Amino acid sequence: MAQALEVTTRQAMLRRMLEIRISEEEIQKMFMQNMIRGTTHLCVGQEACSVGMAHAMQKGDTVTCTYRGHGHALALGMTVKSMMAEMMGKESGACKGKGGSMHMTDASLGLLGANAIVGAQLPIAVGAALTYQVKKLPHVAVTFFGEGATNIGAFHESLNMAAVWKLPIVFCCENNKYGEYSAQHKTTPVEDIAIRAKSYNMPGIVVDGQDAETVYAESKAALDRARRGEGPTLIEFKTYRYRGHSRSDTAPYRLPGELEEWQKRDPIDILKLRMIADGQLDEAEFDEMKGAAEQLVFDAVEYAKAEAFPPVSALWDHIYYEN
Amino acid sequence: MTTMTYREAVCKALADELRSDEDVIFFGEDVGEAGGVFKVTPGLFEEFGGNRVRDTPISEQAIIGATLGAAITGLRPVAELMFADFIPVAMDQIANQIAKYRYMSGGQFIVPLTIRAAQGVAGGFGTQHSQCAESWLMNTPGIKVVSPGTPTDAYGLLRGAIRENNPVFVLEHKGLYNISEDVPDDTGPMELGKAQIRRQGKDVTVVAIQLMMHRALEAAEALAKEGIDVEVIDLRSMVPLDEEMILTSLAKTNRLVIVEESPHGAGWGGDIVSLAADKGVYYLDAPVKRVNMGGALVAYSPPLEDASVPNVGRITQAIRDVMTA
Repeated sequence: MAQALEVTTRQAMLRRMLEIRISEEEIQKMFMQNMIRGTTHLCVGQEACSVGMAHAMQKGDTVTCTYRGHGHALALGMTVKSMMAEMMGKESGACKGKGGSMHMTDASLGLLGANAIVGAQLPIAVGAALTYQVKKLPHVAVTFFGEGATNIGAFHESLNMAAVWKLPIVFCCENNKYGEYSAQHKTTPVEDIAIRAKSYNMPGIVVDGQDAETVYAESKAALDRARRGEGPTLIEFKTYRYRGHSRSDTAPYRLPGELEEWQKRDPIDILKLRMIADGQLDEAEFDEMKGAAEQLVFDAVEYAKAEAFPPVSALWDHIYYEN
Repeated sequence: MTTMTYREAVCKALADELRSDEDVIFFGEDVGEAGGVFKVTPGLFEEFGGNRVRDTPISEQAIIGATLGAAITGLRPVAELMFADFIPVAMDQIANQIAKYRYMSGGQFIVPLTIRAAQGVAGGFGTQHSQCAESWLMNTPGIKVVSPGTPTDAYGLLRGAIRENNPVFVLEHKGLYNISEDVPDDTGPMELGKAQIRRQGKDVTVVAIQLMMHRALEAAEALAKEGIDVEVIDLRSMVPLDEEMILTSLAKTNRLVIVEESPHGAGWGGDIVSLAADKGVYYLDAPVKRVNMGGALVAYSPPLEDASVPNVGRITQAIRDVMTA
């Protein structure tokens, strides 16, 4: 286990993980009730990866991530209201209703975009890191992707280019064991994605993605390394998604008992129990924190429901920048 | 006036932009120390250094993706894709990413990036190194596309593209790199979206770009001897398209021929036909002709390559056809 963080940091991480968990469960319900259209990809079970990294980042650092990106958005500070309004296609959403579930973006928070094409966010992060290097800025580009994305060409091109140029970037693989509906062993000849870093002559490390404090510590080390000009790192967070790939997937392909085994190492429970053991939290305080998160999400949903859709004229806005 | 080749004009545009704006950077395969495989960019690496002028791995997706990431974080990157035939290698980054990034985010970003690529038939480059790329790109709102046909335009349109706060493809014709002309010394960044009349005429409008535009001018001179007065419009910019100039010309000539160095199916010439049918149909006195590659591919063997793209003879014949229709 990594070194214990300050109690305020622990509280903030626990609160944020609860907000993500409760938001995701609520989003699933709303989809099932047809309150939201299209599809969605939930990160329930993976909350520690985004929250741990986000807390280790500094102002000016940026993130590109995947369509399983609600957790990254909230971890970076997007409000639940802004996210829920976007989820419902409302004008007050993070992307004015243009993006939806798969494209949560807030440049002001350093969130440069969630992407609906597997692996496409990696080259974009390389470009952000290029800016920081060219302009000699003290920022780091972070990019999240799943283990499935490490089989796509953009992964290879991005790690290779980043390594050749020693760019300030951290490649974060959230290995949740399934690429869409296929178990990792069916599609990928290695168990630890981190060993792929060897081909690019960069450090590759395997990290317990269920422990927010470990995620924080390893993320901080990789961010520091990048900031010192020592180049990129590939971090593999071992984690698990409790839900299927997308809203209609009930994940019948899981091994019996697998979900239950992973739930014994739930990221929220791990931090909660550690804080209780350290005398920093009791059950009543946790329930209060959880209740507050539920209220926050409930209020955000009610807010988003009442918000207006964009006018149809907005279809033509933002295709090009108009001088 | 300074006499320069199309090749030198491209290099001067890059140098002038790199010199005047430190946010401009330039990268691509072999563009730095080697000066580019077409020898278009010699000296830039030496003048601006390896931080701003970079050789990349052979990684087209990463090159295009990196332009996007750099553009949305404060740079004004220019990338070279070498042969335009490599555009499909990076099509995800082009069609799904750079074209849509501003839109999907609800306007949170500007995307001031430029991608250069060399296209067209230039003598024996074969099937995968000779294609023109306009029509691949024009079905993707969010990007602009220009196709300079002269040294002056190669200079001004590239600078205009770099000044744009939108993604712009500058498709250079590698068969034109050696042509030269006097470029006015006060040529600066040009506005995108303006066509130009290269030859005034009253009988028939020919719409073309680049090599086909030069062949159309040759055809026009030949036909002048037959008493046919041809107007040649150089589109220069494909997106945005100068509809007004085409329609104004059509109102005068009442006849239209479009020459494309690319296959017929879903080609850009169809958009010009559509424009004429929609907004210019009452000007027309004859059927509209498209001269293009039909369903053919470019081949390596000289007679096959020559037969694949329109030549002066085919263009001349099409013009005669619409004059006698």
